Parts: sequence; structure tokens; C-alpha cells
Amino acid sequence: MSLDVVRPGALTTVQDLGRPGHAHLGVPRSGALDPYAHRLANLLTGNPPEAATLETTVDGTALRAVTAVTVAVTGAPCPVRIDGRPAAWGAAVRVPAGSVLDVGRAVSGVRSYVAVRGGIDAEPVLGSRATDLLSGLGPAPLSAGLTLRIGAPRAHSTGADALPTTAPPAELVLPLRLGPRDGWFSAEAVQGLARARYRVSSASNRIGLRTEGPPLHRTTHTELPSEGMVLGAVQVPPDGLPVVFLADHPVTGGYPVLGVVPEAHLAAAAQAVPGTPVIFRPLHQRT
Amino acid sequence: MSIGMRALPMGEHALLIELGSAQDVEALHAELLRRRDAGTLPAVRDIVPAARTVLIDGLDRPRDFAEQVIHWTVPPLAAEEGPEITVPVRYDGPDLAEVASRWQVDPADVPRIVADTPFRVAFCGFAPGFGYLTGLPARFQLPRRATPRTAVPAGSLALAGEFAGVYPRSSPGGWQLIGSTDAVLWDPAREPAALFEPGTRVRFTPVGAAR
Repeated sequence: MSLDVVRPGALTTVQDLGRPGHAHLGVPRSGALDPYAHRLANLLTGNPPEAATLETTVDGTALRAVTAVTVAVTGAPCPVRIDGRPAAWGAAVRVPAGSVLDVGRAVSGVRSYVAVRGGIDAEPVLGSRATDLLSGLGPAPLSAGLTLRIGAPRAHSTGADALPTTAPPAELVLPLRLGPRDGWFSAEAVQGLARARYRVSSASNRIGLRTEGPPLHRTTHTELPSEGMVLGAVQVPPDGLPVVFLADHPVTGGYPVLGVVPEAHLAAAAQAVPGTPVIFRPLHQRT
Repeated sequence: MSIGMRALPMGEHALLIELGSAQDVEALHAELLRRRDAGTLPAVRDIVPAARTVLIDGLDRPRDFAEQVIHWTVPPLAAEEGPEITVPVRYDGPDLAEVASRWQVDPADVPRIVADTPFRVAFCGFAPGFGYLTGLPARFQLPRRATPRTAVPAGSLALAGEFAGVYPRSSPGGWQLIGSTDAVLWDPAREPAALFEPGTRVRFTPVGAAR
């Protein structure tokens, strides 16, 4: 079973739950930026959560089914068409052999997920099929003419019916657990953070959500020796504009981390389109 | 012997342990691995040593762990502790002459100086399989190049500041290149994928071009 790539889209990658546990070797965690949408797409097609899906960026993708397949599109809402005829988003749909599944441009949000019953069967690297754009591990992003192999479906598995999903955020509110380097910033910068208004920058990618807004003033100007980074860390480079680390973030970094956004809020960050207002809400536990 | 530590919370499930020196980092890292192997460490996802810190990520109860770890007795790392590997090097790097000149030695002496230096992988980062190796005496420590190269060939043995390293694959880089190796630093199909893991001792032996 396989799918041929007709239109790769701006950036479509293979993603799963990533490859945690290798950070000490310099290997990012990677994996789906919106893990809820990834899991939901798998659930709808009867796949286990670790099955690989496709993560699109803004303008979707188009795939020709070489053999009949069952697919589900979740994440950023978008028109779904099979040979030009409208099909359901957020539900399992059958694509007959030879037909083209077109995952359209996101109506809201950034990243749609396409699960195929059986999962995308790329070669695993360190136990994961995820494309890591920082270090180049995993399969290359989709390109026109590429053939994607599909794995064997689980025996006796049936997909769930359509499930409720949440809409991408009109305003991104990110709780922030302060530390470990909040002491490197002025008290005014930290206290004023909740009132400061940022916007999602168009320079955001799988490595980090970049922001535009008032620069945060540092009071410590010594160079920070590189230290370990975590998912959701809000690193502040010399320009003072916070960067929220997403799945492909580097395992170490040399700029101070003001605080950490809890993992549960990062899917919304991954779906926030450029220009979306961002509000950091510090959880006051200054160290 | 106890070493000075500061445990800083980093999010809901991680602790960043700050230490006074690279030696203390290596000692705590070794102690964490010993305790993990002995089954006395709480479940963690990642233990990531760096220049002056060790990150422990994936803890269920980071606060409780912070209370414990700062009271640990951490023995200094013995020089012979950890696996040792030998990496053959050709001294054909484009910066060899400049490095020798800054060291105030003849270029022909560089291979011996490097071979006599016991290196240890302090931590990894930058790219999968890129290890930051400590051990270089202070008088041999050099700044990075003023202008980084856009492409450093895979296998290049390089120096910068207190560190030595080998580029696992071709990438941009600002370190001083003194030689090259055919050793495969990173192979995801191999177990372990990385030749250099934190704690590994490394000996660079000259081949061929060391005439």
C-alpha cells in the first residue's frame, strides 16, 4: 500500500511522537507539534498513537492513493476533497484506488494532520519516523513524485467516529513557569510581562514560536555557558524577543530561559498563525 | 566529598543543576548514571550535561528530587573512569599552522601534544553526535575563528576555547581545524549511534600525515 505525492505543500513532514531520551547525544525530541491532533487523526483511522502521520504547514498537500486507503484529516481546519468532491474533515474517509486526496489550505490554524490507516511507513531513526528539521534526522519533507509506503493496519481495528476538536486560538495565552534564568531580567520586565502584548512572528517554525513585541531587558549581561533546554522553554536572545521552544528545539542553548510554558499549551502555540496576539501569564514562583 | 550545587526548577518536570566547574559537572553526571544503573534514581527521560549544568528532564516530582540531590555526596570523577576510545587522526587541517604558531610550537609537534592529552566527552550538542571534549590544558586554549566557515568537512578535528570536537557531518563551523578522521561519529543504525557519549574518554592517535 502506498500514496504518491501530487502536491507536497509548503512544508509537509512525517511526524509521530518523536524520539525523546536522546538529548544527551544532541538529538532533539521532534515529533508532531500538535500531538492532540496527531493522536486524534490516528484514533479516527484505527491506528495506535505512535503511528506516523503527515504534518502540513498552512497550504495542505495532495496525495494519490495507489490502493484504496482510509484517511483522516485533523488539526488546522481545512477543506478536504477527494477527486474534487468535498469530503469530511475530522472524520475517517475512504479514498478509492487512483483517487486524489486534496488537503486544502488551512482556514484557521497552521498545521493539519493526515493519518492513513496503517500509518506512514518511513524508516525509523532511533525509534521514531519523525522529521527533525533542526538536525536532519528522519525522512526528508515531502516532494512531488515521492511515494509514501503505508504500514499494515492493526488487526480488528476500527476508527473512532468523529470527535470534537478545539479551534486554533484567536489569542494565544501561554502560562509561564518562571525560571531558571528569570533573575537575569529586570524586575520590571518580569512584572510587566503579563501586560506586554506580543504577536506570533512569521519567522516561527518547528524549532520555535518566535514573537514580536516589546524587548525584554536583561540586567545580567555575562555570557551564559550553554545549558540543557526543555520543550516549552522561553529563551530570550539578545534582541529581547521571547522564543518558545517547540519539538525540534536544540538540546542545549546559550541564551537565558526566562521561564517554561507547560507542554499542554504548546499545541495551541503550534496552531497560532503569524500575527496572533500572544500573552504570557507568569505563574509567580520566582526562584 | 560534597560538591556545591544549586537546583533550579525548569518548568513542571525538569531541574537544572548548576555546578561550579566542568569537573563537578562530570562528577555529578557520573553519579546520576551510577544511581540510574543501580535503580535508585527516580524515573527520568533525559540527563543532559552541559558546560556548567546538568539538566534532569522528565521528573514526576522535581521539587522532591531537588531536596535530595543537593545533599548527595558526589565523589570526584576518577581519571580512568568511563570507557576509552581511540580515534586515528590525520593532521591535515587548514588551521594547523596557525594553531601551532599560537601554541608557539612546530606544526610537527601538534600531533604529539594532542595524543598526550587525555580528553573526555563533557557533553553533546550542536548536532547529533557532536561531543564537547574537555582536557585541553589552558595554555593550548584558543578562541574561535573570527569568521566561521560555511562548510566544515565531516570528520574534522577542531578546537575552540576549552573544548575539542569532531564534526559528525559537514556543517558550518567556527572552530580551528587541525586534522581529520575517518571514524564515523554518528550512525543512527549503530548501537550506540554516537561514538562520543558524555563520560567517554577519547585518545587521538596520529596516522599518515603525522610525518
